[in-house]
Amino acid sequence: MYSEKVMEHFKNPRNMGEIKDADGVGTVGNPVCGDLMTIYIKVKDNRLEDVKFKTFGCGAAIATSSMLTELAKGKTLEEALKITRANVADSLDGLPPIKMHCSNLAADALHAAIEDYYKKHKEEKKK
Amino acid sequence: MDNTAGKPVDPHVIEAMLPYMKAFYGNPASLHSFGQEPRKALEEARAKIAGLINAERRESIIFTSGATESNNMTIKGVAYRNKDRGTHIITSSVEHMSIINSCKFLKTKGFETTFLPVDNYGFVNLESLEKELTDKTTLVSTMYANGEIGTIQPIKEISKMVHSRNAYFHVDATAANGQVPIDVKEEGIDLLTLSSNDMYGPKGTGALYIKEGTRMEPLIQGGGQERGLRSGTENLPSIVGFGKAAELAKAEMPSESGRESKIRDKLIKGLLDSIPYSFLNGHPTKRLPDNAAVRFSFIEGESMLLSLDMLGVAASSGSACTAKTLQPSHVLLATGLKHEEAHGSLLFTLGKQNTEKEVDYVISIMPNIVKRLRAISPLTPKELEK
Repeated sequence: MYSEKVMEHFKNPRNMGEIKDADGVGTVGNPVCGDLMTIYIKVKDNRLEDVKFKTFGCGAAIATSSMLTELAKGKTLEEALKITRANVADSLDGLPPIKMHCSNLAADALHAAIEDYYKKHKEEKKK
Repeated sequence: MDNTAGKPVDPHVIEAMLPYMKAFYGNPASLHSFGQEPRKALEEARAKIAGLINAERRESIIFTSGATESNNMTIKGVAYRNKDRGTHIITSSVEHMSIINSCKFLKTKGFETTFLPVDNYGFVNLESLEKELTDKTTLVSTMYANGEIGTIQPIKEISKMVHSRNAYFHVDATAANGQVPIDVKEEGIDLLTLSSNDMYGPKGTGALYIKEGTRMEPLIQGGGQERGLRSGTENLPSIVGFGKAAELAKAEMPSESGRESKIRDKLIKGLLDSIPYSFLNGHPTKRLPDNAAVRFSFIEGESMLLSLDMLGVAASSGSACTAKTLQPSHVLLATGLKHEEAHGSLLFTLGKQNTEKEVDYVISIMPNIVKRLRAISPLTPKELEK
């Protein structure tokens, strides 16, 4: 059902954990529907210096979170905002159709984390 | 350990079936000599199944394509045939979808349907049954036992209540048949759904026991096979296998159920003792010998199944993430679990091929699986208290 790449990320998730002094935090989903994701970001010179995740959910939810952190790390905030759900799914060699919407939330969580960062650093954004 | 999803066919069953795919290809309905052996085999299988459930005579057994058909046939067949007596049908909220959807279908055709609530263990609420039963009720249908949580219903008590209002009592024994002794006479059952694969017979075959005198319509019309109640040439090789499976189940039940209950209890205890925030689904003692249904907080079932699969263990879950509908199991929700609790469910169903050693292996690997997934999960014990 899942690609080898999904299983590989599920088995060995990258960048799993919290960032205690994160510059931005984004949470999407809901334990009621079975998927809940939090993305933590650390920003330096407008770049994502570190990205970490915590996820409650199925194998696809965990793998997409892990994949997303790999895609996002090192990118500028503008570049990171362009990462889509489709990018994440493609990088994992696809997801089963039924999982495309419910579990592929990581890009949304990242965008929420960047929004959170902007909110906290409004002045910097204006400059 | 996912025997509810599919059981291996017993080698003796396969052996018994083979001649009916080779030498005895005749139609049991034929008068000529080619039909004789098949007809004999058909009736022998019928008698074996009647013997398993202590039916008064073998003619009370009607062969079908499986439990789903038997359930559809019961709900629709009894409802339509007894329309003159009433149009009310009662079932429970933990039934198989073949019952639930048949009842929902009838609702669109002008029948009244009631889904009884269950308690936290999954027992049908008898007070609600008493309240809902009216003179217009023609049929009450409940499971013998639920395959997802293992709970065995108080069949005799329900039967007494149903018969006091002159309604028919149907029992879906799909999950229970072959595991626990069922006696249709002693337990007061008018119709009983049986499934072949659930007792190590071939898939795609089942039966419906219909007590003599029960008024019902056929679901499938045609040449009048099965006393006109289920037309179509009988699937003889599978029926012969089903008969053999019933014979074996009857003989092996006392020892096998005891053995499975013992390793089931070991599995449940092993998991609950070694993993914090773990719980049993269903009743601790009034449960099927094969059923170990548990749940773990803060993590999701599908990720547990994948983790177990990587270590060579097949199990099942009522999590929405494993379902085509993306809805958690209606059975778990009916027992009062919250969505997030149902997501963390894990179901092991044992079979006669499963050993105590395998149970020990599962007990040894589960704590680390749960620990790893909990480390990934953002949910914490604090969330549980909310």
